[in-house]
Amino acid sequence: MGPEKSISERLWAIAIWALVIFFVVNVIATIAAVAVDSFGNRWFNSWLPAGFTTRWYSSAWDEFQLHDVLIVTFEIVGAVVLLSGLLGVPAAYALARRNFPGKQVVILLFLLPMMIPPITFGIPLATVLYQAHLGGNMSGVILANLVPTVPFVVLVMIPFIEQIDPRIEAAARVFGARTGRLFVHVLVPLLAPGILSALLLVLVRTIAMFELTFFTAGPDSQTLVVTLYYAVGSAGVRSNQSIDAMAVVYMLTTLIWLLIALRFVDPTQIVTRAKREAAH
Amino acid sequence: MSDRAAEAPRERMPLRVRLALYDLDGVTLLVLPAIIFVIALFVYPFVYGFVLSFQPKKGDWLANYAKFFSDPFLYDTIAATFRLAIPSTLINVLLSIPVALRVRRMRNRRILTTILVIPITLGTVLIAQGLLIYLGPQGWFNRVMATIGIEHMRLVHNYTGVMLSLIISGFPFTFLLTLSYLTGIDPSLEQAAATLGAKARERFLHILLPLLAQGLAINLCLSFVQTFSVFPSAVLLGAPAGETRVISIAAYQAAYEQYNYSMASAVAMIMGFCQLFVVALILGARRFVYRGSAGGGKG
Amino acid sequence: MAIAARDFRELRLDGMSRNFGTVNALKGVTLNVRRGEFIALLGPSGCGKSTALNCLAGLLTLSGGSIWLDKTRIDRLAPEDRGFGMVFQNYALFPHMSVRRNIGFGLNMQSRPKAEIERKVDEALAIVRLGDQGDKLPGQLSGGQQQRVAIARAIVIEPPLVLMDEPLSNLDAKLRLEMRAEIRRIHELIGSATIYVTHDQEEALSLADRIVVMRAGEVRQVGTPEDLYSRPAHADVAEFMGYRNQIRSRAAKSGNLVNVSVGGVSLQGTPVESISDGEAVAAMRPDDLKVTADGSISATVESAQYHGHDFYCLGRTSDGIELYFRSAQKVKKGDTVRLAADPDRVLVYARAAP
Repeated sequence: MGPEKSISERLWAIAIWALVIFFVVNVIATIAAVAVDSFGNRWFNSWLPAGFTTRWYSSAWDEFQLHDVLIVTFEIVGAVVLLSGLLGVPAAYALARRNFPGKQVVILLFLLPMMIPPITFGIPLATVLYQAHLGGNMSGVILANLVPTVPFVVLVMIPFIEQIDPRIEAAARVFGARTGRLFVHVLVPLLAPGILSALLLVLVRTIAMFELTFFTAGPDSQTLVVTLYYAVGSAGVRSNQSIDAMAVVYMLTTLIWLLIALRFVDPTQIVTRAKREAAH
Repeated sequence: MSDRAAEAPRERMPLRVRLALYDLDGVTLLVLPAIIFVIALFVYPFVYGFVLSFQPKKGDWLANYAKFFSDPFLYDTIAATFRLAIPSTLINVLLSIPVALRVRRMRNRRILTTILVIPITLGTVLIAQGLLIYLGPQGWFNRVMATIGIEHMRLVHNYTGVMLSLIISGFPFTFLLTLSYLTGIDPSLEQAAATLGAKARERFLHILLPLLAQGLAINLCLSFVQTFSVFPSAVLLGAPAGETRVISIAAYQAAYEQYNYSMASAVAMIMGFCQLFVVALILGARRFVYRGSAGGGKG
Repeated sequence: MAIAARDFRELRLDGMSRNFGTVNALKGVTLNVRRGEFIALLGPSGCGKSTALNCLAGLLTLSGGSIWLDKTRIDRLAPEDRGFGMVFQNYALFPHMSVRRNIGFGLNMQSRPKAEIERKVDEALAIVRLGDQGDKLPGQLSGGQQQRVAIARAIVIEPPLVLMDEPLSNLDAKLRLEMRAEIRRIHELIGSATIYVTHDQEEALSLADRIVVMRAGEVRQVGTPEDLYSRPAHADVAEFMGYRNQIRSRAAKSGNLVNVSVGGVSLQGTPVESISDGEAVAAMRPDDLKVTADGSISATVESAQYHGHDFYCLGRTSDGIELYFRSAQKVKKGDTVRLAADPDRVLVYARAAP
């Protein structure tokens, strides 16, 4: 505001932009370091590797059984996306359209798993799952990952549903639709963009969800990020480059879905959609 | 005539209708599966863990907690975690304010926000691996520092590495949240303040900051809770047996190395309690701060 | 009176221009405002009146031209350095401050002593008649009360100029009429110059000493309310001032008057712009087109709306021209009426409104 900026205002602006650029450059460099290393022949004492090769990728593929891991990852993520949609969307509808006693308590109930970090409830959750003989296999991992995502879908979908004019639903009911057909013929089509955004966000978050899978997975039910963790942790034993090759595969998996999600969703919604609801 | 009224049978409203008056009908039942799920897989494990923490393998009901607070190897983890969580939270939230103030006028924010969302999407494990290479003794960062004369910066396998990882994965969160609160403040409020003689610094202190305060409190809470739960970075990028031995590591070891689930639950409860304590402090301080809408009137 | 506007002789707008990309929102506005004057900037939405106000306040920078307060050039100053009071359309009251703190904010920024601030805030509250609401928060007040707080906040700093951006547009009709009178009263009380933006010609007519009619970024006419009401300078100004009938026809000079053809009938009108024989536009107010037994224009009534005092009617002549007129007698659809108009109430322009 105001026609002329003073010197100190200009300096301040430059300092802030410098900070932002510094941050962005470092983030990009961090990611690039992994990628470059994965293609490098040997890289000890120089700015760039001695030569470039793709052999680490095939070696990582075999060493870490990436084929199986990727299949497991997508089965788990797919199940989580589907189930959180099936549980979450109807719940969101009920919360958006009905003001029943105890509604505030229910909303609080859905806020908690999203605000409390996975580690705090992850270990007790894992204990319970193991006791129910669900620990260490895919069902346990899926159930564990559903804990933060079902509330997420509920809280993301509520504003979408509130945007739909209730009179449209009233019209459908007047013309004979019960709740089931109301959903299928009216609500889901109208909510499709919202549901799509919510589920894409769930997908992206679950691929990167580390702690819950880490605590509940067995050797056959690890997602890619957990396999990566074990590999990085055992870096002395395995070659760093093949770890990086797996890391690049992981990056591509997440980033591809992120790019798809961003076509439908503003980047800020990955963060603030959920947290804005938490703020009320 | 009054006979008519006396003849009509007095009916009680059917239960369904009475419930519907409270908005309890078939549609409301749709929320039930999700509620049952959250209770079964969140509330119950929490309660179970809480109870389990008082049922140690040996000793009386407080044995786990007693052991925790008498063994420095265990209780030092609280301090180690706070030493990481508090500075990183403060840095992330406080830095987000000037950056958000600058960025909110940008017309094409999308590129910047997309870049910032990438570290969040990739997750802490990948960032840890990346930093191990990039900040390592042979990595690009140290090479650049060497060309300007700063040699041998130790940035990995220590406190610094974990701190940097917390900032990289935490700053985008706090920045986007602050930005969304900032853009929710009616711009005509600042314009009005300017016409009344308030310079930029005064506009920030008297108008923006008070209206932002409630959002900043939430930001601090969410951010702190996130950083306090640091785990993979502390192991991969830090010194998990030393200065970055955080409380989540203690919980993990109790569960997966000692198979002492009771102790693990106790540690998890202590961790949760610490987080709750700080959150309650921050939210309690909100009482002194304006907590209404950030609009300017019935415009 | 303790609150009185700072003295100045003249505010000069000299070719004020403002572009947004390729859009010329303001195209060289020139105007002189004297101390104590109430100026209304009147025009349809998009005409640039709010842009002009924001440029005056310093919230927008000028793309060209300059603004002078007496001998000082002020268009390079930031809004916080100009010292003008401004009342915003949505009031822009600080939601986290009480009414007193809102009003006292400007004085606070000037670092006045606390006792002086309290005193002046009391006076301002008394002027806007909100004496007992001082400790409330804006959210607890009604729209009309919020508006008065906004006005108090602007006048308490004793500015030479008060800027108002459609302050009444969010109020209901009754409140609007009350507040109109209040605004004029306060303006006279403190003696500042006021520049008031509105799209409502009634408001402008009742409040202003001079009206500036704008369209598409340009000043179309500056004049007293009487001038604008009875003698709009161009067809588009006339249309905005309520001359709903705008009839294109051929014009022929006839002494001081002009003959135009309406509904196949020749009417005499007063030329406002210079007319050469040829195409022209005749403008008439509906209330100047009277229903008389021997009127020369014949029209069939298409609709008649009852407005209590009389009927607002739309009629159509035999050659298809629509005419808006008022009738004291009841008429209904299909009736034939005869209309006449005084030559000095038929204004003839060279070009139609765009």
